[in-house]
Amino acid sequence: MDTASRAPAGRTAAGPPRRGRPGLHPAVRYLGGRVITALVSLLAVMVTSFFLFRVLPGDPVAALTQGRAVSVDQLEAMRRDFGLDQPLPQQFLDYCLGMLTLDFGMSYEYRVPVSELIAERIGPTLLLAGTGTVLAAMLGLALGTRAGWRRGSLMDRVDTGLALTLWSVPSFWLGLLLIVLLASGAGLFPTSGMSTPGVEGAFNVALDVAHHMVLPVATMVAVVYAQYMMIMRSSVLDEKGADYLTTARAKGLRDAAVLRRHAVPNALLPTVTLIFLNLGRVVSGVILIETVFAWPGLGSLFYSGLRVPDLPIVQALFVVFAGSVIVMNLLADLVYPLLDPRVRT
Amino acid sequence: MSAPADAPRDTGAPAAPVLGAAGLRVAFAGRAGRGTARAVDGVDLDIGAGEIVALVGESGCGKSTLARALLGLVRPTEGRVVFRGRALGHRPRELKELRRRVQLVLQDPTGALNPRHTVYDAVAEGRRIHSGSTADEQEHVAEALARAGLRPPERFFLRYPHELSGGQRQRVAIAGALVLQPEVIVADEPVASLDASVRGEILQLLLRLRDDYGLAALVVTHDLGLAWNIADRAAVMYLGRVVETGPVEDVLSAPRHPYTRALLSVLPESGSGEPQVLAGEPPDPTRIPGGCRFHVRCPVLASGAAAAAGVAERCRGEEPGMLSGSGAAQVACHWAHAPERV
Ligand SMILES: Nc1ncnc2c1ncn2[C@@H]1O[C@H](COP(=O)(O)OP(=O)(O)O)[C@@H](O)[C@H]1O
Ligand SMILES: [Mg+2]
Repeated sequence: MDTASRAPAGRTAAGPPRRGRPGLHPAVRYLGGRVITALVSLLAVMVTSFFLFRVLPGDPVAALTQGRAVSVDQLEAMRRDFGLDQPLPQQFLDYCLGMLTLDFGMSYEYRVPVSELIAERIGPTLLLAGTGTVLAAMLGLALGTRAGWRRGSLMDRVDTGLALTLWSVPSFWLGLLLIVLLASGAGLFPTSGMSTPGVEGAFNVALDVAHHMVLPVATMVAVVYAQYMMIMRSSVLDEKGADYLTTARAKGLRDAAVLRRHAVPNALLPTVTLIFLNLGRVVSGVILIETVFAWPGLGSLFYSGLRVPDLPIVQALFVVFAGSVIVMNLLADLVYPLLDPRVRT
Repeated sequence: MSAPADAPRDTGAPAAPVLGAAGLRVAFAGRAGRGTARAVDGVDLDIGAGEIVALVGESGCGKSTLARALLGLVRPTEGRVVFRGRALGHRPRELKELRRRVQLVLQDPTGALNPRHTVYDAVAEGRRIHSGSTADEQEHVAEALARAGLRPPERFFLRYPHELSGGQRQRVAIAGALVLQPEVIVADEPVASLDASVRGEILQLLLRLRDDYGLAALVVTHDLGLAWNIADRAAVMYLGRVVETGPVEDVLSAPRHPYTRALLSVLPESGSGEPQVLAGEPPDPTRIPGGCRFHVRCPVLASGAAAAAGVAERCRGEEPGMLSGSGAAQVACHWAHAPERV
């Protein structure tokens, strides 16, 4: 896994000052390097996004006018409106200039600026993805610690087996299963949307949203906690044989305290880095889950945009999604030195 | 509870053992397809108050396992650990008491210190475990660091292990042991991972701690020269068993066991004729030979000297028996005991 090799790379990068431009503090150089790398990746994502969606099959104008009688003139007008009559290089230039000023253009379908749509939808996505990720990480870290510390025990085998099974299940399938079991059959939870119309009062609204969140969050947690668990499990395993644990034990520290005071904090170090690197997967997971549960977030916006294809929407969201992964990686690189005294000199 | 810091220093008679093993055996279940490894296979060994005992032997002979068993870190399969005349139980409370008065120092201080704990935390840990956080904690930490030779101690409080030299790290590990004012230190190859230039200093430190505070020590080493320099008594271990023991002068200057002789003969300063390279396979605790466990590699048996002394049969078929753990010079060898030896 190439993500695993990144942490040690970060370690050496902040090492003692080496030859090079004088006057630059190594920490500044380290930060600068990471930021530049991130910016270059972002640029690459922007370029990819433009061409990727233009090779998608389907003509947005045809899709939007499907089933209606429209004249050739009207179609031409629409094309001009969208800027699709321009030669490709011109379109690309407009796209790039727009991106740089955070102007993502006008949605073909909704006829409003894409940035407005994103602003409206980003809250629900952050709520869902954030809650799901925090819960999945907590569950995964706790189970991974347990499993690593007692490697090979029955508990380890059961926990690990279950996590990996859930991990390999497609999230939409699990989501549908939960809908069938808990919502349609028993009617316990709402299966779609984020709120019930007509609910009033801050407290009631919050309760209603929480009720709507149960199934999508449960699906997300079930599918992704395995990755946190497996990372933590292997980090704990790495620490398990360490001599400093023997030292602590030999001083009279109880096993549970050896785990809590020594093994877990040290195992968290590589884990935190890897978790940041893995957060990118949250994005793809959330697209599917929002679609299954009709959650009014960026994921379902992206999905509906793909069907047209509503180029300004999908282009912008692709950049947003990929950009968030890049930012997470950058954060991982920046957080790591703060946590490890061997790097923080 | 006695005050451990000022254990009796000059007792005329052989000091009463503080810590010891009695008929101790530790076996590890074999991994895939391999038999049970009898890492420690019947050892009696006493450490008297204020005494430094060296446990020597090739790597893999069970020294570390014995050291860990003495701290209750591995459970004996048979026999027992005796602490202050009482058999050690393995209930948490008994272990905790033992681990306050007996301290372990490991070979590689880089691994033995938590890389994310400061020197202060590393040294204070023992006290916090046993007496909680007290107001005078800082004084104790400073004193332990100073005793371990890190002066002025305050300068080291906030350093991390990676900022120190190997020798300094080992001193921090020793300070972490001293802060509990133990009666015995079990040091597993305490200088083997250090630069030759600082080895002497660390050994000097152990000696001074014995002289100043009556601290007893079991020093595990594969280096006979080191044993000679610091130990009062030596126990030579081969394949899970002590095969020769006694005052260090006797064992190392007049060795009686062919194994001890072979070990000594390869020392550069030995000067006692030809270096003797042991024949045969390296010892394997999953397949301990019958009879004398050393007989398959024994140069005395191979040269016919044992046969000449009339003990060759016994070497192959009869186990020499366990040595007692006390201070007397003893050897587990049929040939060494043979009356008509030439
Ligand atoms: N936890 C363990 N599981 C299985 N075998 C072990 C374990 N610890 C030690 N051994 C085996 O016991 C023997 C003695 O090891 P050790 O006590 O470390 O020797 P020494 O310290 O003298 O080098 C070795 O053969 C080693 O492989
Ligand atoms: Mg060893």
